[in-house]
Amino acid sequence: MAEFSLPANSVVKKGKVFNAPNTAKNIKRFKVYRYDPDDGQNPRLDVYDIDLETCGPMVLDALIKIKNEIDPTLTFRRSCREGICGSCSMNIDGINTLACIKAIGDIKGDVNVYPLPHMEVVKDLVPDLTNFYAQYASVKPWMQTDTPPPPDRERLQSKEDRERLEGLEECILCACCSTSCPSYWWNSDRYLGPAALLAAYRWISDSRDESTGERLDELEDPFKLYRCHTIMNCTNACPKNLNPAKAIAEIKKLIVKRRN
Amino acid sequence: MSLRTPLSNAKGLGSAKEGAHHWWAQRLTSIALVPLTVLLIFCIVSLGEYSHEAVVTWMQSPWVAVSLALLVVTMFYHVQLGVQVIIEDYVGGWLKVASLIALNFACIAFTFMGLFSIIKVSL
Repeated sequence: MAEFSLPANSVVKKGKVFNAPNTAKNIKRFKVYRYDPDDGQNPRLDVYDIDLETCGPMVLDALIKIKNEIDPTLTFRRSCREGICGSCSMNIDGINTLACIKAIGDIKGDVNVYPLPHMEVVKDLVPDLTNFYAQYASVKPWMQTDTPPPPDRERLQSKEDRERLEGLEECILCACCSTSCPSYWWNSDRYLGPAALLAAYRWISDSRDESTGERLDELEDPFKLYRCHTIMNCTNACPKNLNPAKAIAEIKKLIVKRRN
Repeated sequence: MSLRTPLSNAKGLGSAKEGAHHWWAQRLTSIALVPLTVLLIFCIVSLGEYSHEAVVTWMQSPWVAVSLALLVVTMFYHVQLGVQVIIEDYVGGWLKVASLIALNFACIAFTFMGLFSIIKVSL
């Protein structure tokens, strides 16, 4: 069921302000969503003024600087700092993206940093992705075959068939797409969301997989698949420039194709 | 509090194995409504300028009567399909069931109302 306003205990209040040192020359203001599950308080928006002369170029650099030098209680996920692990996905300047590949210089005005939208927040910028990962697992993202593998070699795939996986297999499961989708906001308990559907289509497209029919059977559902109304927020948000909206459209086309 | 696993929640009640017909019908009715909507706009804009007898005579042509009947059936089918999606998106629980029942009854009633009116005038 759709929710259009935040519950009273989730309304974001004003937070603390951390000013930059007097010696700072090039100051950028970061407004960061803070929520501590243990203090019983509402979430708040803390303000950090950062001297860009002593900070790396990306938003993640600024967050790490805040944690190291200003406020060690700030909590966020990060690992690879080069856009391949998908850990530091968050809402920056109103768009879901990876903090490690979002340049501070590309943002005009203050930098607003929030957790991924419409997800339960564990702490600060860390959303609960349990359901998101379970939905990924539910599309069985592994190869399913009846034919046993050749005894002396791997399963072969032609170059043309391998090329069909381009734009599908690069997904890093950062959840930027699914959490940008209004259909996912309102119905994530039943709608699989763009990330899981992209993964499903990746295996439907794999020439070595022998479960295409069963996969389509599992997806053909008013909520699991057809909550997608081609809003395209997923494709706009994807920090890897993939196109989940197109993958979902291709699944719908295949389901019609096998009927007619 | 539930100790169900996340995967159990994600799988839910499983696939309904339907939805393709709804999706396809929505697109078919959209295509059919392109010419039919032109007819609807023509009716709304210009029929007021003619006398009652002239409009009745015009509607007695089988081409016109059948086109109007197709317009009524296709339009309300399309409305039913489209509004159903909106209700499923935004409404939950018993209100969803009640809304869907009301929607279906209303669309069927309006369809038959339209068809009866066309037949009454045309025959």
